[in-house]
Order: sequence, then C-alpha cells, then structure tokens
Amino acid sequence: MADHQAVEQHTLPPNPEKATLEGRNKYLGFWFFLGGETVLFGSLFGTYLGLRDGVVDGPGPSDLFHLDLVFIMTMILLTSSLTSVFAVINMKRGNYKGLLMWMWATVLLGVAFLGFEIYEFYEYYHLGLGFTTSAFASSFYTLVGTHGAHVAFGVSWITVLLIRYRKSGLTLTNAPKFYTAVLYWHFIDVVWVFIFTVVYLLGIGG
Amino acid sequence: MSYEKAQSKNVIWDWLTTVDHKKIGIMYLAGGAFFFALGGLEAILMRIQLMFPEFTFVQAQTFNELLTMHGTTMIFLAAMPLLFGFMNFIIPLQIGARDVAFPFLNALGFWLFLFGGILLNVSWFVGGAPDAGWTAYVPLSSESPGHGLDYYVLGLQIGGAGTLIGGINFLVTIINMRAPGMSMMRMPLFTWSSFVASMLILFAFPALTIGLLLLMLERLFGATYFAVDFGGNVIIWQHLFWIFGHPEVYILILPAFGIFSEVLATFAKKRLFGYSAMVFATLIIGFLGFMVWAHHMFTVGMGPVANAIFAVATMAIAVPTGIKIFNWLLTLWGGRIQFTTANLFALGFLPSFVMGGVTGVMLATSAANYQFHDTYFVVAHFHYVIIGGVVFGLFSGTFYWWPKMFGYRLNETLGKWFFWLFLIGFHLTFFVQHFLGLMGMPRRVASYLPGQGLDSMNFISTMGAFLMTVAFILLLVCIFVSTKNRTNVADPWDGRTLEWTTPTPVPEYNFAQTPLVRELDAYWHEKYEGDGKMKAAEPLEDIHMPNGTILPVVMSLGLVVAAFGLIYLVHPLTIVGFAITFGAMFVRSIKEDHGYHIPVEAIKRDKEEG
Repeated sequence: MADHQAVEQHTLPPNPEKATLEGRNKYLGFWFFLGGETVLFGSLFGTYLGLRDGVVDGPGPSDLFHLDLVFIMTMILLTSSLTSVFAVINMKRGNYKGLLMWMWATVLLGVAFLGFEIYEFYEYYHLGLGFTTSAFASSFYTLVGTHGAHVAFGVSWITVLLIRYRKSGLTLTNAPKFYTAVLYWHFIDVVWVFIFTVVYLLGIGG
Repeated sequence: MSYEKAQSKNVIWDWLTTVDHKKIGIMYLAGGAFFFALGGLEAILMRIQLMFPEFTFVQAQTFNELLTMHGTTMIFLAAMPLLFGFMNFIIPLQIGARDVAFPFLNALGFWLFLFGGILLNVSWFVGGAPDAGWTAYVPLSSESPGHGLDYYVLGLQIGGAGTLIGGINFLVTIINMRAPGMSMMRMPLFTWSSFVASMLILFAFPALTIGLLLLMLERLFGATYFAVDFGGNVIIWQHLFWIFGHPEVYILILPAFGIFSEVLATFAKKRLFGYSAMVFATLIIGFLGFMVWAHHMFTVGMGPVANAIFAVATMAIAVPTGIKIFNWLLTLWGGRIQFTTANLFALGFLPSFVMGGVTGVMLATSAANYQFHDTYFVVAHFHYVIIGGVVFGLFSGTFYWWPKMFGYRLNETLGKWFFWLFLIGFHLTFFVQHFLGLMGMPRRVASYLPGQGLDSMNFISTMGAFLMTVAFILLLVCIFVSTKNRTNVADPWDGRTLEWTTPTPVPEYNFAQTPLVRELDAYWHEKYEGDGKMKAAEPLEDIHMPNGTILPVVMSLGLVVAAFGLIYLVHPLTIVGFAITFGAMFVRSIKEDHGYHIPVEAIKRDKEEG
C-alpha cells in the first residue's frame, strides 16, 4: 500500500532496497537477469574472438584503434560506476538529495561515454570500416554496439527514475528500483572492462 | 483498484489482463495444445508423403517447410509452453505461495510466447514458412530466399524472450516465496526439477538470442559473420545454436522427470525412493547438460581430442539418469500400485525412455556417430526421448492435475484406451526408424527410391503415426465427455503434496492461510501423523493481490509490429513498434501499482462455501 510505504526517512530500515518481499524478489531476480546477460555477452565475445582475424581487404584492429580515446572512455565509465556507488551510500544513509545528485552525475557520465562511442564509430566508418566490410567489422560493431545499446538503455532508465521520483523522497518502493538500476550500471561497466581488454588491448598488442 | 472492482470484470478483459498464475498456466496449456495439434498435423503430412516411395503428396519445398515448422513448433511452441503451463499452475501451490514472484512478468512471458508463435506461423500465408530445419544451419539459412527465415528469427526471438522471463520468474519464486518450513530439501520433485530447468533456461537462452540476432543482422542488414568470402565462419552458428540447443533438451525433460516422480510416488502409495539422490541427480544432469553441446557436431571436423572429450562427457550423463531410473523402479518396488491413466503413462515412460537413452549412448560414441549422423537413427533416438519422455510426462501430468485445474476428473476408461493406442502407435512409428537409419535412409529428405528395402518400414511408420493421431483425438473426446465427473476433485488421488490441500476450484489467493510445512510430502505427513489438515503459519488476515493489467499484451504487440517492420525493412513501422513496447515499459515504470486487498470476510465466505 502506498500510504504504508511512504515512511519518513528516519524510520526506513538500514537496507530499504531489501526490506519488502517485492524488493527482495526484484533484487534476486535482477541478479539472475545479469547471469543471463553474462552468457549473452559471452556469446558475443566468443563470436568476436572467432572472427577478429577475418579482416579481408578492410582495415584491421591495429589500423583503427587508438588507446588514448579508449582510455578516456574507460575512465569516464569507471568514474560513473563510482558515482553510482556514492548514490547507494547516500541511499543507505537516508540522504535522498545525495542519492539524486550522484545518480544525475552517473547519467551525465553515461551520456558523455555514449558521445565518445558515437564519435568512435563515426571515425572508423570514415576509415573504411563499414558494418558489412568484413566479418571482423560486423562482429566488432555488434559486440561494442550491443554494449553501447545497454548504456543507452541504462541512461534512459535512470533518467526516468530520477524525473519520476524527483520529489517523492526515499520509499520502500523506489529504493529497490534505484538499487537494481545501479546493479545494472555496474554490470555494463564490468562488460566494458572486458571489451577494453579483449577488443582494444588485444587488438593493438596481440 | 478495489476488491469489488476486481471481482466484476468482463470475462475476456479479465483473461487478457490477468496476472493470476493459475489463469496464465491455463492459457499456456491452451496455447501449447493448439500448437501441439498444429505440429502433429505437420508430422502427419510428412508421414503421408513418406508412406510410399517417390510419392507426390506434397512438393519437396513444402516438405522442407513442414519438417522445419514441425520441429520448431513442437520444441518452442508446444512442449515448452505445455510444461510452463503446469509449472505456472502447480509450483506456487506446491510451495505454499499465493502467486509467483513477478505476476506482471509472468503475464508478459505468456503473451510474448503467444505472439511469437503466431508471428512464426504467419509465414505460412505470406510466401512460405522457414525451410532450413529447426536448427537453421548457415549458410542454408542465411542464404534462404524469401522471408520464411526472417519469420523464424524474429518469431523465436520474441518467444524466447518470453521463455527467459518465465525462467527467471520461477527461480525467484522458488527461492523467495516458499511457505514456512518448506526448506529446499522438502520441496516436491516437480518443483525441484522445474527449478533446475529454469536455471538451464537462464543460461542457455541468451546464446540463442545472440545466434538469432546475428542471423537476423546477416539476413536483413548484410552483416558477414557467416559469409566465408568476408572472413566469416559458419561453425559459429552451430556452436551458438547447440550451446542453447543441448540444454534445451534438458529444459524439456527435467520437468517431465519431476511429473513422473510425483505420479509414481502418489500411485505407488510410497515416499519417493532416494529423494536426495533424485535432487542431486537432477542438479548433475543440469550441469552436465551444458558440457556436451558439441556432440551434435561430431562430423564437423573438430578433431579427435574434442570429439573424445564431448563423447565421454555425454556418456557421463547416463549415470545420473540411471540413478533416476533405478529410484523410480525402487519407488514402485513393494508399492500398492494403482494403474490409473496418469500412472500408466509414467510406467510406459520407463522402458520407452530407457530405449531412447541407450541409443543416446550409441550416438555419443563419436567414431560410430559418423555412421548414424543425419540418418533416421537420430530421428528415432530423439523421438524416443522427447515423446517417450516429455510427451508421456505431459499426458501423465494432464490426467494427474486435470481435476485440480479444471474441476473435473478425466474418464479413466477412455484414458486407458488413449494410453494404449498412443503407446502402440508411438513404438510402431519410431521403432522401425532405427533400422531405416541403420540402412542408410537420411533424415529430412522428401522421398526415397523403391526397391531399397525401405518401403515396408516407412509404411509401418506412417500407420503408427495414424494410430497416434486417433489416440490424440480420443484424448480430446475424453476431455469433452468427462465434464460431468465433478465429485471428489480436491484430492482425488490421495495426494502427498500441498497442491492437494487447496479447495477446487482454487481460490485466486490459493491459501486462505499460508500452510506450515513440517515434513517432506507435507500433506501426506499431516494425513497420517496429524489431523489431516495443514497447520496455518499465519492468522487469517486481509490478503494482498496484484492488479490485472493490459500492458503485457501491449508490449508484446509492439514487438510484433516491430518484427513486421524489420522483416519487410519498413523502418517507420519498426520505430512505431518499438515505441509501443518502450512506451508501455515507461508507463509500467512510472505508474506505481500497489494492488488491492481481499477482505477477511470474503475469505471466510469462501471457506464456508468450499
């Protein structure tokens, strides 16, 4: 019931995201979902590793990748994970304003990351790497693009939450929502770490 | 929504918007049964074509479409939804829960399955169904002209998303929603095996999602993963497909194993022999199920080392499966066995499935596999495990749970006729196919030449298929003529588990008071050690229920619209479709929906009437 759950801040339990059965279900269900997502990205990584030498006449990894650009993107995304951690810490302290502020910071960093990724794809396209150029091109754009689509979805999701709950205060209903969104955000961050290693570092050094 | 408003909904609107696991379970059963009949019709058309050598009943192209759609329909649209129907209806009752963990997602999963299945079958009417086999190997599938394979890719993608959602839902339900005292090791075997099957769904379906995504991008947007000229590799599809496809076999068979475990224990009037061994055997089968996918690819040329590893891993699965078979036999041993139709299917399953298991070990022998590969021997093998295992399990479960689900008992005389005709028809159809395969008849061919010793066995096989059809029609007759058997439906079999403690029809809140579980086979324990009633774990209070919603239908419909946009590359349509789906998700996200409460008085009134 809404009136039951709009509890005053100081009466919220220490882990508001797991205080209700609904919250616990969401939390556990989301972990399972991330397990499935792991297989999803695992399949894409496997496909990429199988096809990354299939460059035919098009440009290959060492012709394209610049570590400075990718380093900036990595730093942006890692920082966004940190800001989302700050948001959760504020949630557990009952500081709703802090939660909102750090989540907005996370969204902004996510948007910045997406901007760099669009720039990156644009540049590769002009260097002759179209989606259909080679098996390497297709598998690269599919893997990194799927990750980018996840980032875009995460940004929209968190933005919707932030606007919907801009004035509500922390409740037992919205705490699990923010918490699962943060879990999702960490997950796409971890996937990026693997992309950084497997795609970019191996592409230049391996 | 208030309680009064929730009670006074129009019937059709009620079913479209329901989030009740029992109604969703019944809808899964109805949808699955429809596609089962459709897949059966496709099979009969194929068997008629193969009745005589060089017969011209259907064209070769039509035959390819029939065999593709028969396999795809039976696996994705019949067997799995039918099992999901039982899982939905029975699991919450067996663990003493009021509903599943995510009632909304449960409804979404059903509508995604239904719309995915319908989308797939629309292909028949718009220029031809998919024709590359249910495995859709590239480059045959990536080069296949027309739109059939596009329907395959998108139909399965939508249906598969529904399955994944359902799997996560069952996992969380079983972990978080068990009644007090229902520890994991007191769960009925059907719930346990559904739990492991859901785990397999969770980790297997994303590989299919990616496989289908790649095939879609290759067909519609010119990607080159599978195009060898562009550095692509066709084997990647086979790996992705079977990393999904092999666990899929266990996703189907494990819940069926669960049904047999319930049925055999109930009708032998004994506790299931070796309960904990059964649980661990199920877990081991689930784990090994992920380790053996490449045994479908022995002839691809992976080399002797890979072949040997996958051969040994495959044979290892025979061990936990054997443990199960012996536990079932020992459950029967010394029992007071009742030969009801449900139990006959369980008893018929034991030898039939063992035959399928033996040919499975033969196929796992990678050196011999070169001889069996792509022959009717393989067809015989997987029909023995899937019909002898899964379909027998579904029929057994139908007769066992029908009184609880629909409030009347199925006629036993007609049921036994149905069982014997189906059993004989099944063995008649598929036993001879072993020998057809060993004689060299390849699978998936539209015809064969006379005078090669294949004629009479193909004829016999077709006769068996007719017999199975007659049996299935008898089941439908049985369902319609049995409706008057409305007595003794709450606990007709002297049941052992919690679903039989509920009144029939089951009220929407399942349990007026959550039961307290004190032993494995909780109800049986209370019958023989207690006073025959479950102890309550909570006082009688208002019960919280979720509100119904139309959003799952809207979300699924949006994806179908988007799929048509993709298939015909009409981009505005795709955008509209996704906008509908994401719009519905947006509404769902911002609209807090806290459900309603059923007042104590209404529950008391139900109790007095029941």
